[in-house]
Amino acid sequence: MIVEISGLSKVYQDKQQRVTAVDGIDLTVEKGELFGLLGPNGAGKTTTIGICTTRVLPTSGKVTIAGIDVVAHPAAARRNIGVVPQYNTLDRSLTIFENLYFHCKYFGYSGADAQQRSKDLLAQFHLEERGTNFPNQLSGGLQQRVQIARAIAHRPAVLFLDEPSAGLDPQSRIAMWDAVRSLREEGITVVLTTHYMEEADELCERVAIIDHGKVLALDAPAHLKTTLGADTVIELTLRQNDGKQPLIDRLNALPQIRGLEMTSAGLRLFAQGVDGLLPEILQAANNYGVRDIRMNEPNLETVFIRLTGRDLRE
Amino acid sequence: METKNHSFASAFAGMMLRDLRVLRREIGPFVLRIIMQPLLFLFVFTYIFPRIGQGNAVGGANFATVLLPGLMAVAIMFSGIAAVALPLSQEFGITREIDDRVMCPLPVAAVAIEKICFSSVQSILAALLVVPLAYLIPATPVHAHVASWPMLVATLILASLVSGALGLTIGSNVKPQQIGLVFSIVVVPITFLGCVYYPWAVLSHVRWLQIAVLLNPIVYMSEGLRAALTPGVPHMPSLLILVALLASLGLLGTFGIKGFLRRVIS
Ligand SMILES: Nc1ncnc2c1ncn2[C@@H]1O[C@H](COP(=O)(O)OP(=O)(O)OP(=O)(O)O)[C@@H](O)[C@H]1O
Ligand SMILES: [Mg+2]
Repeated sequence: MIVEISGLSKVYQDKQQRVTAVDGIDLTVEKGELFGLLGPNGAGKTTTIGICTTRVLPTSGKVTIAGIDVVAHPAAARRNIGVVPQYNTLDRSLTIFENLYFHCKYFGYSGADAQQRSKDLLAQFHLEERGTNFPNQLSGGLQQRVQIARAIAHRPAVLFLDEPSAGLDPQSRIAMWDAVRSLREEGITVVLTTHYMEEADELCERVAIIDHGKVLALDAPAHLKTTLGADTVIELTLRQNDGKQPLIDRLNALPQIRGLEMTSAGLRLFAQGVDGLLPEILQAANNYGVRDIRMNEPNLETVFIRLTGRDLRE
Repeated sequence: METKNHSFASAFAGMMLRDLRVLRREIGPFVLRIIMQPLLFLFVFTYIFPRIGQGNAVGGANFATVLLPGLMAVAIMFSGIAAVALPLSQEFGITREIDDRVMCPLPVAAVAIEKICFSSVQSILAALLVVPLAYLIPATPVHAHVASWPMLVATLILASLVSGALGLTIGSNVKPQQIGLVFSIVVVPITFLGCVYYPWAVLSHVRWLQIAVLLNPIVYMSEGLRAALTPGVPHMPSLLILVALLASLGLLGTFGIKGFLRRVIS
């Protein structure tokens, strides 16, 4: 167990208001795992990462990284921690090479070792030609890659990535995913936050879905999807959206329908096996004026919607 | 413990090296920024004024001699603001680039202390840069010699640390948009009223001010340098100066480090 979070909570209190950002989180991350925290804006992802990385003091609960308590021994814990925060924190006064070099120096590398490590990292992250550039001369995607290279320069046990693909175009995002996957081969444990469900699905071995500071579900993405008990999600858009109760009762009686919820535009059905289902639905909904019917495979987004009744991004 | 202290020391040294690299890259602007103000000051008041019949003497010494320690104190002061307050306010408010250093394996307060220490190196350089100007420009010769090396070294070091601590206090408590304002309503007044252009003793003519300025750390910087360099000009007792500088350092250092911690740990 490399990361252990137990009973963690954080309340931000100021004169006007009191915000519970983290509300009793328990999590463990295994060595070498690629772990995702998936949740909407304001779910408490950054706060959780902040506590794990010694930047936020918890209101209660405990976090240990490689066995070291982050509140009791923050300086020692930081040896095992690499961080790429949500915002770009590259040192703008230093070149890319120097960003890596001085990071190594901060962690006690000798001049020669720091030089060698920085060179190796530039090669590993395909940044050789960029060593003498300053951060502002690089695209957002490249800067993000430099941040990852710098975060792992001191060979931490765990790398925390907060929204690593925010603001990246699809191509840079895929390059970033490749970079993250390659870290796994070095045995670095990765904990990342995201509100892109594709990212959690593609990249993470286990995902914790969090909302309002609580863990709602925690499992491998494939398992999370099976918890729906459905292999198809049907979005039904209706012209007449009031008085749906008879329709709901009628649909619920169908054996394939495993779950059903109201949406602003109509209904969302969770179905197992769709053979012959569509005509029945259409017939039942006939009086309500079917505007659109759409079928999707369940994904983490639908799992999230099922858990919270809300969309992941809004 | 041994290895822990060693790792603290090497992280600290790494940060000093980083700051040195950045300073080296900007050495030209750094020097220009430092010498501009004393250069103009000396030129107008000690070169032009005597030639246009405005020659003045304060406390029994010529103005250039009074001015030398004062301008050194101002250089120390401004350098602390420029080296710590301005960049820190930027880093907290906008660029967040201090983060990588905050994540070093050493207590966060040490990052703030490193800022003060490196700034004091710059302040000492700044003070020394004023000396040749004071010899080259004035029309009347400057009467200065090192009366007491220990006093000079102690004052330079303490004054530089105090200015770094003041820079830290301002930088970690003031938003970047308000830095200009703080500069005008705090930094400029305390330099003007820091016994830079006259020794503290002659303020006896304006008794209330003489007492009020005792709260101003720049007074002790100027007076300390007077005690060390121009003993012919009246100055406060050395011991009092050093104690006052130490007290300022303790106070501003505590404020600065507290503010810094509040900004990086929530
Ligand atoms: N320093 C702070 N002071 C007060 N409230 C805060 C502070 N930081 C975060 N919060 C609040 O805590 C809650 C959780 O914020 P957090 O940044 O952890 O969410 P997040 O999941 O990272 O969201 P996002 O996707 O927007 O980054 C939010 O309601 C936020 O407004
Ligand atoms: Mg966040």
